[in-house]
Amino acid sequence: MSERNIVLEVDTLTMRFGGLTAVNSFCAQVQEGRIVGLIGPNGAGKTTCFNMITGFYKPTEGKVLFHGRDVTGYPPHKICQEGIARTFQNIRLFKNETVLQNVMIGAHLRQKTPWWGVPLCLPSAAREEREVQEKCMELLRKVDLHKLAYENASGLPYGAQRRLEIARALATDPSFLLLDEPAAGMNPHESRDLMDFIRRIREEFKLTVLLIEHDMKVVMGVCEHIWVLDYGVCIAEGNPEAIQSNPKVIEAYLGEEALEYA
Amino acid sequence: MEKRKQRDRILNVLLVAAIAGGVYWAQGNLDGYKIQILNLIAINTILALSLNLIYGFTGMFSLGHAGFMAIGAYTSSLLILPAFQKEMIYILDPLIWPISVLQAPFFVAVLAGGIMAALFGLLIALPVLRLGGDYLGIATLGFAEIIRVVGNNITFITNGALGLKGIPDYANLWWNYGWLLVTIFVIVRIVNSNFGNTLKAIRDDEIAARAMGINTYRYRVISFTIGSFFAGIGGALLASLLTTIDPKMFLFIMTFNVLMIAVAGGLGSITGTCIAGVLITFLLEWLRFVENPITLGSFHIPGIPGMRMVIFSLSLLLIILFRREGIMGMKELTWDTIFRTSPKGGASS
Amino acid sequence: MSLPMFVQHFFNALTLGSLYALIAIGYTMVYGILRLINFAHGDIFMLGAYFVFWSIALLKLPWVLAIVVAIIGASFCGILVDQVAYKPLREAPRISALISSIGVSFFIQNLAIVVFTGIPRAVFRPEWMVKVIRLESGVRVLPLTIIVPIVSFVLMLVLLYIVYRTKPGLAMRAISKDIETTRLMGVSVNKIIAFTFGIGSALAAASGIMWALRYPQIQPLMGMFPGFKAFIAAVLGGIGSIPGAMVGGLLLGFIEIMTVAFFPELSGYKDAFAFVLLIIILLIRPTGLMGEKLEEKV
Repeated sequence: MSERNIVLEVDTLTMRFGGLTAVNSFCAQVQEGRIVGLIGPNGAGKTTCFNMITGFYKPTEGKVLFHGRDVTGYPPHKICQEGIARTFQNIRLFKNETVLQNVMIGAHLRQKTPWWGVPLCLPSAAREEREVQEKCMELLRKVDLHKLAYENASGLPYGAQRRLEIARALATDPSFLLLDEPAAGMNPHESRDLMDFIRRIREEFKLTVLLIEHDMKVVMGVCEHIWVLDYGVCIAEGNPEAIQSNPKVIEAYLGEEALEYA
Repeated sequence: MEKRKQRDRILNVLLVAAIAGGVYWAQGNLDGYKIQILNLIAINTILALSLNLIYGFTGMFSLGHAGFMAIGAYTSSLLILPAFQKEMIYILDPLIWPISVLQAPFFVAVLAGGIMAALFGLLIALPVLRLGGDYLGIATLGFAEIIRVVGNNITFITNGALGLKGIPDYANLWWNYGWLLVTIFVIVRIVNSNFGNTLKAIRDDEIAARAMGINTYRYRVISFTIGSFFAGIGGALLASLLTTIDPKMFLFIMTFNVLMIAVAGGLGSITGTCIAGVLITFLLEWLRFVENPITLGSFHIPGIPGMRMVIFSLSLLLIILFRREGIMGMKELTWDTIFRTSPKGGASS
Repeated sequence: MSLPMFVQHFFNALTLGSLYALIAIGYTMVYGILRLINFAHGDIFMLGAYFVFWSIALLKLPWVLAIVVAIIGASFCGILVDQVAYKPLREAPRISALISSIGVSFFIQNLAIVVFTGIPRAVFRPEWMVKVIRLESGVRVLPLTIIVPIVSFVLMLVLLYIVYRTKPGLAMRAISKDIETTRLMGVSVNKIIAFTFGIGSALAAASGIMWALRYPQIQPLMGMFPGFKAFIAAVLGGIGSIPGAMVGGLLLGFIEIMTVAFFPELSGYKDAFAFVLLIIILLIRPTGLMGEKLEEKV
């Protein structure tokens, strides 16, 4: 792999809840523009890592560095401002809003006119509202959800909900995207589409993508570098071939069947 | 898309004109009692809309509304009471200078009431909005009670338990419905903007909202302050309508009445709140009949004092048990729904 | 302040604090298992007082029997409130149950105004309870002022025994930790919830009866402020913690009485003390003096 900038680095990231150590001295460096993966058995601490990176948990020890800047302990909204966006394991859409509104809420972060612009009828505010709406419709077109723009988000089929959550994250104009089990509940056809989708948005939006995933086809198919967590400890890292043949990983997580995914 | 917006704009202007015409007609043709009810409808709707912004749209269960109403009421009243009247009614402790001599035109006084209430709202919101859910309700209730008890004691400003009498009754149909239209206008524009979308996002899922870059604490403070502002406006108008106020008026029951309207109309629906404002005000007035004796032929049913509030509270229970989304839920009655058009283009099936 | 005065204030504070503590226990138990603030709890306190009044005045029951009847009656009312107003909303968003609890509270208060009328009544008090005892040091105290804390203390011990040494109590504690798992363990959760309401209401009724004896006027809205304050006491002690409710109640009683004792000019603000305390504790230590933190999963 060619040398690129390190866009995200976590250094001895540790999370302790009382007596339980959920994540133990996790170290990783993510290169710009890569699609990378974090895998491991359930309860290994993967989502905890996500939560530490995105500011929902304050790490007990360790640092998170984004574009070289120390963003450890930043609150979630500041992390998003910095350019890190995420999706959630159990899809957290804004259930009472429409598809378009969900995306527009994501876009709000980058709006320039103040909140009182619209109630006080400032023309610049009205103009920006229109622009935001157009930009979000454009985004919906790119993820093929524009036909459902005025539907209520909770009424969408499962796959569309996942795409919407990703679209909403993209609306925040991120440079780094964290996807928490994006392929959960998908059949093989859908997960193949998802893999293409992830590659496409990486190109189109110039992103670096880090995903947590259990579906090995997706992980091995789309990730260029993988970290394996087990009981909070990183037991292996490397490219898909290296991971699949790593005996520690096979023992802890993959089992013998993994060798079929080469 | 543009044609629909133009149509909406024209229809809205026509609606405002119709309301203005209605007010003009009512002013000249209806008796005092009916006009009083119309006035109460306007003020109750302003109050319920302000609570709905905080609770229905931003998801903050605030039980402190009575406190902000009180602040708006007292601020405005002290500015429109003539100086000689103030001297007369402050028999325990004289009203301190400069309030004793300050005077302002009605519009300014009501606005000042709203601004004072907003200021207190901001001061209260800053510490309290770090708490969530149930704690918020009881903390805001606590503040409202503190405001009331303090108001009862600082006789040199509020005249204590005696309250204020002889407040000029400037709050007629024109002022009340004028302020109602302003309230509706501002709140509708907020709710329909992307800022409004983020408030609803905070209500729906605060964690996801934070992950999308929204400073939920800051926005909740803003929403709370705006809601308090309009609660103050409502309180100011109410004071001028009733011409006397005292701290006992602003007990928790006052918040309960406003909450009832917001719940009955639908938390998260502006049109629902307006409809409920009319219905609940009528209901409260109509229920007076159960407290007065009725004669049916040769049967004489004595009035039961207090029955009115029994039925009223029972109604809230029934709504929350059997139809907790109220009349409109979170939906709005828009021109689209009336004409069966939809934003997706063309008529909906 | 003279010593006799201080001792008198001390006993008054102990009395008031015990009464708050008894009510606070009910709030904290219900919040612990249902995460619900039972606004109607203060009105059960009021019903206890009224039931004893009517048992003596109307049913002509002997005084001791009237107390038993009143406690059972109010306890039953408490369970009824849960069955009618809270149980149907178990699956609904928590706010709905909260609004329902406010509605029930107002309903009971106003129904009481209609049925009992708003005229304050005086509950019958046996002579010996209110015969002033004069101690040598100059302290003057009513037997009642000593009985209330003792009875309350006994009741609290009984409650602690039930909660920590019996099976239903164990079930209650289990439900407050994890209601779903407890259900899966075969516990009849609804029965235990009803049991919790029953006990909490019985304690509130006992408090109401003693309150009526001590401050002999009763009126339909008498439960509102003691109810609010007792809830604040529960938050102060740590909502969900029964020992916390007891500590909180006593603490609040002391703060109310002692502050006015040392600063009489603040007596007009007495009712606000509790609320100021509430704000302070919520800002500094929301989990209360003895409570535990509740985390939300991301």
